[in-house]
Amino acid sequence: MLDSRRRADNRALLVQESEPRALELRIPEAPARPGEPVDFSRLKLADPGAVRRPEVDAPAESMRDLAYSLIRVLDDKDEAVGPWAPEVSIATLKAGLRAMMLTRAYDDRMYRAQRQGKTSFYIKCTGEEAIAVAQALALDSGDMCFPSYRQQGLLIARNYPLLKMMGQVYSNTLDPLKGRQMPIMYSSREYGFFTVSGNLGTQIIQAVGWAMGSALRGDTKIAASWIGDGTTAEGDFHYALTFASVYRAPVILNVVNNQWAISSFQGIAGGDQAPFAARGVGYGLPSLRVDGNDFLAVYAATQWAAQRARSNHGATLIELFTYRAEGHSTSDDPTRYRAADEASKWPLGDPILRLKQYLIKRGEWTEEQHEAQQNEVTQEVRTVQREAEASGVHGANNTHSPKTMFEDVFKEMDWRLRRQRQEAGF
Amino acid sequence: MPTMNMIQAVNSAMSVMLARDPNVVVFGEDVGYFGGVFRATEGLQRTYGKTRCFDTPIAEGGIVGAAIGMGAYGMRPVVEIQFADYIYPAFDQIVSEAARIRYRSAGEFSVPMTIRTPYGGGIFGGQTHSQSPEGLFTHVAGLKVVVPSTPYDAKGLLISAIEDDDPVIFLEPKRLYTGPFEGHTEGAVRPWSVHPASEVPEDHYRIPLGQAAVVREGEDVTVLAYGTMVHVALAAARDSGINAEVIDLRTLVPLDIETIVRSVNKTGRCVVVHEATRTSGYGAELTTLVQQQCFFDLEAPIERVTGYDIPYPHAFEWQYFPGPARVAEAMRQTLRG
Repeated sequence: MLDSRRRADNRALLVQESEPRALELRIPEAPARPGEPVDFSRLKLADPGAVRRPEVDAPAESMRDLAYSLIRVLDDKDEAVGPWAPEVSIATLKAGLRAMMLTRAYDDRMYRAQRQGKTSFYIKCTGEEAIAVAQALALDSGDMCFPSYRQQGLLIARNYPLLKMMGQVYSNTLDPLKGRQMPIMYSSREYGFFTVSGNLGTQIIQAVGWAMGSALRGDTKIAASWIGDGTTAEGDFHYALTFASVYRAPVILNVVNNQWAISSFQGIAGGDQAPFAARGVGYGLPSLRVDGNDFLAVYAATQWAAQRARSNHGATLIELFTYRAEGHSTSDDPTRYRAADEASKWPLGDPILRLKQYLIKRGEWTEEQHEAQQNEVTQEVRTVQREAEASGVHGANNTHSPKTMFEDVFKEMDWRLRRQRQEAGF
Repeated sequence: MPTMNMIQAVNSAMSVMLARDPNVVVFGEDVGYFGGVFRATEGLQRTYGKTRCFDTPIAEGGIVGAAIGMGAYGMRPVVEIQFADYIYPAFDQIVSEAARIRYRSAGEFSVPMTIRTPYGGGIFGGQTHSQSPEGLFTHVAGLKVVVPSTPYDAKGLLISAIEDDDPVIFLEPKRLYTGPFEGHTEGAVRPWSVHPASEVPEDHYRIPLGQAAVVREGEDVTVLAYGTMVHVALAAARDSGINAEVIDLRTLVPLDIETIVRSVNKTGRCVVVHEATRTSGYGAELTTLVQQQCFFDLEAPIERVTGYDIPYPHAFEWQYFPGPARVAEAMRQTLRG
């Protein structure tokens, strides 16, 4: 009784002694805005080869440290070092290099086509090519990918016809999606590329559902999905982690941390408080943080996660640490919100250049070969572009028949849609 | 033939489909071991195993998102959203995803998913266990919306919904789960066993989506209703002595417009009834369709009887609920017109 009275007195005394302090709210601020010097001092990097590689069947709780580190394979001397250096054939690496170069050449031409008014919209993946390309090559062709809008490299690495991609971008008669989707929202069941939504994050829980279906049926295929750093704040991301963990779904959940969600730096999604990979730790998922500009590291981590999923050890969360070297889309102007030279000063370099240098160092590639391949992919894109444009560009009235816009709402059209199609005069 | 209430009929439909099609899976909150808070999935896990009927985390957006992916893979998921009032966290997945995946992929991917959810008032559930959100879904291109009013229909319609290759929102009027409630809040509760539509075959049968039922033939006025309101409309006709023709729509999308037009052209009068709030409700769509297609046969303005444009109030449930007296008054209004 006496004690409790004394404690109450002490509390009163404390209140008297110190004025209550006004509460403060933190509004995270990007390290560098236009006109300011680039500041990457807050980045948490690790040395190449420094991160351990657990066995694929190791329990998730034994590798929590990996979420806070950074898996890197290629070092400053263009050599592959450490336990994550993957077993991968030179042929695969060369295929990866070519697919990345083709992706960049394709992006450049389509970006230019948008500026020329030939399409309404475009999104490049410049600087992030290693992610989709290396992951496509590390997965099996039957595995289903649930991408966001910046993984065109998946289709290119899987040799999907560029002509169809351009047809989609131009919404012309070559467009497999019949002009229904904005440019770059591709879809191909045959190539294991799930229809891109355009709403952020919805695909990641769908990938978990697809993987659950595969497991329920005793299939051998796994699923993979990609979302951006900003989208980790959406509920779908947390649904995906929960369901993937609860049902041990055979799925790879990728967070492409390219530092910027349009104009919001990754700290607005909480990335400066803890790495996005660390989100997986709380769900009991193995969580890897990987240098996304290091083709070998991306390939190795994906291969590890795929093996783990295929052997019924469940899902892996992979944060791919990279940098969005260009604007969010053709509707964006990044000079308005970030330091102009951030991309060129990114400490983890350019993925194409790094893989090229690695192959040269190994004696498997030369500057001359590289230049020849650069010309070859540029020429291929130009040739396909001419062919695509022969079928019309956006706005040139060379689309599929407008009567097709009433199809595929349902498997079978109901009376309303038949009437409305008549009413519209088709 | 066995007698079933609506919960048993719904359960039987899922059981039949689990037995017939290995791609059918049933999941949702509390549906596995326990068998659902309304018991609709009782015994299914025991009979068909944990991989065919299982519990999920409390995440409606996750349940529907996972079902979409599973459906795209080739399964035929049947998910339960515990109350229709809880469906909103899944709204993005339903509206932006399930409804449009066939369209946006030009038919490459589809979502053969059924979302079952209890809806409507009458159990003192207050604003979070009583809503009728059908109009939110009928407004979305690419969704089918089904509402049964009897055990027999519930089973046949649910089987059709599960077999359908497009996403179906299957709204179960929870006030009808245990009996044909007519909106009279006094007197003994009638069980389904006294109603002929409680005779439900054990086996597989379908009631096609898009076919309404004329549940009472009449000459004076056509009443368009679905779910609980079908029984309220029948009670209103009986109580008032008005020779009404009562049509149970059964499916809101696709709608059986022919049955509606045929009836209104005969009676020349029309009352549209739903429990959902009025403004921009499905009744507005019905009213417009009848006005456009039956204008020269109409003898009076079309009447709407609906819930008021307020949240469902707990203590004033019966003042809110559009009961038989309000429906009868609307019928009389059309006869005066």
